[in-house]
Amino acid sequence: MNEGRKEIIQIVIVLVGVIFLVKLFFIQVIDSRYKQLADSNAIRAEVDYPVRGLIKDRNGKLIVFNTPEFDLNIIHREVRNFDSTRFCEVFSKTPEELRILFKELKARREYSGVKPTIFLTKLSTLDFAKIQDNIDEFPGFYIQARSTRAYTVKAGANAIGYVSEISKAMLDRDKTGIYKQGDYIGQSGIEAYYEEFLRGQRGVRFKLRNVDGVEKGSFKNGAIDTLSIPGQDITTTLDLDLQQYGEYLMNGKSGSIIAIEPATGEILAMVSGPSYDPNLLTGKNYSSNFVLISNDTNKPLFNRPLMAQYRPGSIFKIAQAMVALQERVITPDTRVRCIRKGMAGGIIGCHGDHTNEDLRGAITHSCNPYFYAVLRRMLNKGVSNNPFDDTRIGLEEWNKHMRSFGLGKPLGIDLPNEKGGMVPSPAYYDRAYGGRPWKFSNIYSIAIGEGENLVVPLQMANFAAIIANKGYYIVPHLVKGIGETGKPLPKYSEKHYTTIDSSYFRIAADAMQQVVESGTGSYRGKLQDVIVCGKTGSVQNEPRPDHSVFIAYAPKENPKIAVSVYVEYSGQGARAAASIASLMIEKYLFGETKRPQIQEYVLRGKFLN
Amino acid sequence: MRNQEVISYKMDWITVALYATIVFLGWLNIYAVTYDQTTDLSIFNLQINSGRQLLFIAGAIIIIMGILIMDMRFYETFAYVIYGFIMFLLLLVPVIGKEVGGNKAWLGIGSFGVQPSEFAKFATALAVAKFMGSVGFKMDQLRNQVILFITIGIPMVLILLQKDTGTALVFTVFTLVFFREGMSPLLIIMGIIAAVIFILTLLVNEFYLYGAIATLLMSAIILGKKKWKRIAYLCAGAMLICTVIASVDYVVTDVLKPHQQNRVKALINPDADPLGFGWNVTQSKIAIGSGGFTGKGFLKGTQTKFDFVPEQSTDFIFCTIGEEHGWLGSLFTMTLFIGLMLRVIFLAERQKNRFARVYGYSVACIFFFHFAINIGMTIGLFPVIGIPLPFFSYGGSGLWGFTILLFILLKLDIHRSQVLQRM
Repeated sequence: MNEGRKEIIQIVIVLVGVIFLVKLFFIQVIDSRYKQLADSNAIRAEVDYPVRGLIKDRNGKLIVFNTPEFDLNIIHREVRNFDSTRFCEVFSKTPEELRILFKELKARREYSGVKPTIFLTKLSTLDFAKIQDNIDEFPGFYIQARSTRAYTVKAGANAIGYVSEISKAMLDRDKTGIYKQGDYIGQSGIEAYYEEFLRGQRGVRFKLRNVDGVEKGSFKNGAIDTLSIPGQDITTTLDLDLQQYGEYLMNGKSGSIIAIEPATGEILAMVSGPSYDPNLLTGKNYSSNFVLISNDTNKPLFNRPLMAQYRPGSIFKIAQAMVALQERVITPDTRVRCIRKGMAGGIIGCHGDHTNEDLRGAITHSCNPYFYAVLRRMLNKGVSNNPFDDTRIGLEEWNKHMRSFGLGKPLGIDLPNEKGGMVPSPAYYDRAYGGRPWKFSNIYSIAIGEGENLVVPLQMANFAAIIANKGYYIVPHLVKGIGETGKPLPKYSEKHYTTIDSSYFRIAADAMQQVVESGTGSYRGKLQDVIVCGKTGSVQNEPRPDHSVFIAYAPKENPKIAVSVYVEYSGQGARAAASIASLMIEKYLFGETKRPQIQEYVLRGKFLN
Repeated sequence: MRNQEVISYKMDWITVALYATIVFLGWLNIYAVTYDQTTDLSIFNLQINSGRQLLFIAGAIIIIMGILIMDMRFYETFAYVIYGFIMFLLLLVPVIGKEVGGNKAWLGIGSFGVQPSEFAKFATALAVAKFMGSVGFKMDQLRNQVILFITIGIPMVLILLQKDTGTALVFTVFTLVFFREGMSPLLIIMGIIAAVIFILTLLVNEFYLYGAIATLLMSAIILGKKKWKRIAYLCAGAMLICTVIASVDYVVTDVLKPHQQNRVKALINPDADPLGFGWNVTQSKIAIGSGGFTGKGFLKGTQTKFDFVPEQSTDFIFCTIGEEHGWLGSLFTMTLFIGLMLRVIFLAERQKNRFARVYGYSVACIFFFHFAINIGMTIGLFPVIGIPLPFFSYGGSGLWGFTILLFILLKLDIHRSQVLQRM
């Protein structure tokens, strides 16, 4: 009667075994989800932050280095038996602050209970000893060391830039996938432009840990770990002494100083006034300091050498002269009678003691009517009987020459946010006049560097370098050596030639020598042991005082330094700007300045509101 | 000398080999669980479970010798005495027992403790076998059935008093033995139906179930013969099922303890609270699932080793197999167990008397229950019921209890031709 029942029991046993094996096959072989879950359970990736590259000056002096800083990370899921009172005690927080911290933590976009998220940043080294002793009491919290920027001097803040936590907007734009929330990134200056060299490469260490988060050795004995690769050191072209001296002179003024080594395009000093202390934008109080600095009405974060656009003023007359010579509409001996208020219906006036100058004299005395006449010859050469077409053809030529000086477009310096200035073209006037015709009499104010022309101080320094080089320039740059190679980016060794024959620059050089020796810049611009070539300029700002502008280079033969100086609202170029330029040249060429009265004069002048 | 020759000649070495392999693999896996690459303790170290398990294995060998030396008639003759003695110990547990891990299931002598519940299994098997093997026993007599259910009911109740639901449930597997010996399968079928309805009620809204039952009832009445007696039976059955459904909610919320409710809920939807009541099953499945086809390799598991899986060396020992040896390792282990169970049934079937055969079936069925519930639990097919995997899980009482269970059968098997036939 019980036959078959033993088979039933055996079948049930085997059936259960088969069901189990099928189920096991599903979860072990077919479903890969469990493998990932297991990894996220037991393997924690620890980021090994690389050391950011150092920044040095041209003589190897350290400007920017790194100091250690500590963050507190949280893996929320692992937080157990959290003693908030004790936490507040160890981390010097009030219960209210702690509550806000947790609230903010959960509000973050990348927040996840199982991944390390930054909870507190920038624990100072003082807190750190106490925290390190007690961190074991807070499971789920981990200390993450990273380094932060520190500065040897308070100089060149806008050129060097600063480093701070990557913003949400930048993170969204980032396509490299390198950055994540909480990472630091160069925000301006060299720090931003050379970010890819400075940042180095992050490493990852995979650590095994048990259910309580206690480390249990490395995963696969570290076979898939990667070491961080330190960022490359950067050697800037800056001469730290000259830079500091420039900032000293610029104290209390608004404007810029740029000094370039003409033969190489290396920027020796780049001062933007007013500036800020770079140490304010690092460490614990970054946020509050940043608000302070960016709300300052003097705009210390505005990098004037590249971003402030001015009308070029009288300095532009040298460029006009070069273009006119090249176009053969004048010779060095061409004379124009200066009839003062008579030109162009009495609009173009003049100043100083001269009546009938040749080209050198006109430059030396900055004669307005002369250059009005020169531009007229250039734009109206009579190639067309129609005065409108004639001007258009002339302006096209003129524009081409001007752009070859690096005007009207960003030069391409190795800093972000460079402005390009403006050199008017026929297309520009077509737009400006809305299709109505225009001719020379409409646009003549560009002759003396007023009107629609715009330049940035960097372009003017570069212009001085072009004259010093007799017709070419290398794009001004701030970095002369990246990492081991010790070479700048390749584009910073290319020569850019102007459309002007080299020989015409001798005339400009002679005239500029005259400016300093006997012309507008003679008293404050002149140096005893070296021939300085310079040109003053005044940018009009009715009703406020003019911007004082001066460009110069020295020595005349085999020039070592080309300078442009802008001092806002400080009057004629011969005063503040010429003084500062000559002091910079003196300092760079001789290592010291021997004219205390000029330095006194510069330091006395305060032109900030 | 003569006796030993008989033993070695007639011993079923296949069973012994299966037993030894499973015990050995269990020991290795207990080591794998405790292994910590930062401390790197030896497998023999007595500070860790694997070292202690080796002592238990040594104890088991002594027990085996004792069982084999004992006269084979002892077990049948003293079956009720042994049963009575163990029941007495079980009674003592709530009074003088010590509590370990929330369960008061241990009797301690100094630092040494045993769980009488582990020994109640073989004692009950002996008692059941003796009763069914007695002269003139007829399975279809109601009186006999009542006595049998009381025999398995006593240890169940006593163990339930220790709050060890898992071990208590093991005794229900004797119904399978009764079935083999001629009891109507109705009871088992009804039990299974009740369990299925129970689970369905938790999964599906009860009103759908009522609707389904009503539909089935209507179609059965319409399609079948229209006899009043048949219709009455069908209606009674339907009413019964509806009563079960209605009672499930009551059982789940009022009878089951919160942790038991959670285990049932976790079975149905482990993802509902993976860090709460679903933790055990979730982590267990992660560990097994991460093993893949061939596993991570011996001592290379991360989930079991780093305490993600609870009770790893005891109830969840199978996770280590799944994680470190993958599907192939699971296949091999299950083959060993199924082989052992089928071999035990084979041994049971070749016994000449009913006592030995019933005992043999009891052994097979107890192994089966443990095997099915334990592995089913680790892979999420059964609720978390804390019972060990025979010979595999860490623990002296368990190992010894199962060893006694198995080797009494082997002893009986050696002498199977000596007994009078009393079929």
